[in-house]
Amino acid sequence: MKGWIEDHPILEFKHPRRVKFYFDGVEMEGYEGEPIAMALHANGVRVYRRTPKYDHPRGFFCAIGKCSSCFMVVDGVPNVRTCITPLREGMRVETQRGRGNLRA
Amino acid sequence: MLETDVLVIGGGPAGLCAAIEASSVGASVVVVDSDLRLGGQLIKQTHKFFGSAKEYAGTRGFVIADVLLEELGKNEGRVKTFTNTTAIGYYPKEDVVACVRGEEEYFKVRARAIVVATGAQEKLIPFPNNHLPGVYGAGAVQTFMNVYGVVPGRRALMVGAGNIGLIVSYQLLQAGVDVAGIVEFMPRVGGYWVHAAKVRRLGVPIYLRHTIKEAHGKEVLEGVTVMRLDGEGRPTGDEFYVECDVLCLAVGLSPTLDILWQAGCEMKYVPQLGGFVPIRNDQMRTSNPKFWVAGDAAGIEEASSAMLEGRVAGLSAASYLGYRPADFEVRMKEYWGRLWALRAGEPGVKVMEGLRHVFSCPAPISL
Repeated sequence: MKGWIEDHPILEFKHPRRVKFYFDGVEMEGYEGEPIAMALHANGVRVYRRTPKYDHPRGFFCAIGKCSSCFMVVDGVPNVRTCITPLREGMRVETQRGRGNLRA
Repeated sequence: MLETDVLVIGGGPAGLCAAIEASSVGASVVVVDSDLRLGGQLIKQTHKFFGSAKEYAGTRGFVIADVLLEELGKNEGRVKTFTNTTAIGYYPKEDVVACVRGEEEYFKVRARAIVVATGAQEKLIPFPNNHLPGVYGAGAVQTFMNVYGVVPGRRALMVGAGNIGLIVSYQLLQAGVDVAGIVEFMPRVGGYWVHAAKVRRLGVPIYLRHTIKEAHGKEVLEGVTVMRLDGEGRPTGDEFYVECDVLCLAVGLSPTLDILWQAGCEMKYVPQLGGFVPIRNDQMRTSNPKFWVAGDAAGIEEASSAMLEGRVAGLSAASYLGYRPADFEVRMKEYWGRLWALRAGEPGVKVMEGLRHVFSCPAPISL
């Protein structure tokens, strides 16, 4: 699949099952159980959220769940650390605008 | 509530070794790690380690992670591991560590001893537009390429010619990414020559005494202006543009210590170790008698020393709880001996300098 490394001199990638998910309503494919952020990046998505005050684009940064840069709305839940949240079939991933609203 | 003898926070090289030691002498152990897989940064390392056979020399990092997990697996009955689980707070009054698995499933752990092996996080340098998607931490880029096999971009510029900057530049090339160059503020390469030579042989320029002036791009990174500095580190006015879609930052790490701050551990600011680090005794025990520390959380070093510190901390914690093996002294002496051997060379000078300031008792050898 495009966006994923196919030939590597040292590593051999054994990906899990390929599943469909949705980014802002657009159907995409990624590997089940691998972080959401990886699947998005491989699909060419770079902007994951927009900042509350200046509407700046933010993407991936630390990949270890510490920096808050990759927060997105996942299945209606805002501020999800997409770099360490596993992708599941049918997930609805959305660009987060501002701080996000918590569910009641 | 989950109850255990030893709670290990962080399942990287230090945490896994602490868990192996503690469980091997009979303690029950819970390991929590925020990542989806155990192994910490080891699982991202494609290069072969140095040193002696005991420190896994000649073995690639990701293979070492498998070796440690196999070793831990031998004590399976006494060990519980939780991935995608973040320890989010220590509550001294209730004496529990609160954890969250995923984003919403909270639980408490009560442990008789706690080993903090939380590692480190990447530092950032300030420049206009450093928030643009495409500006990534070096560790993050390793995660992309080496753990999940995702292409990080087409053309990358690296900031930092320390070991991480050099190694990740080489790994970018392995992943088929063009590396435009390595920019280094200092007048010399900070990492090992063997790593620098590998990237130079492949034609990657290293710009010493240069830094990032500004990143460019509307929605995502499109390029970077690099500026040359004089002997004092001031801009000379010389600058050039580099077209790239990845700017990789390898400008140092700082220890992750939130839990130890909450536990009231005595800290000291030691620049050679990456910032604030906990004061510890000769068994890696902090000033809060319930807490031990190991690995990068105790001071930025590398995986080989993290593994040994983890062994010291895990063995000490379990022994304190009554699982002291007959050969305790022998093992402690051996681990410290190996640690000092690792730090003896020229690359260890900075760390040794830092370690002068962090022991609450006479250091295990004279520093």
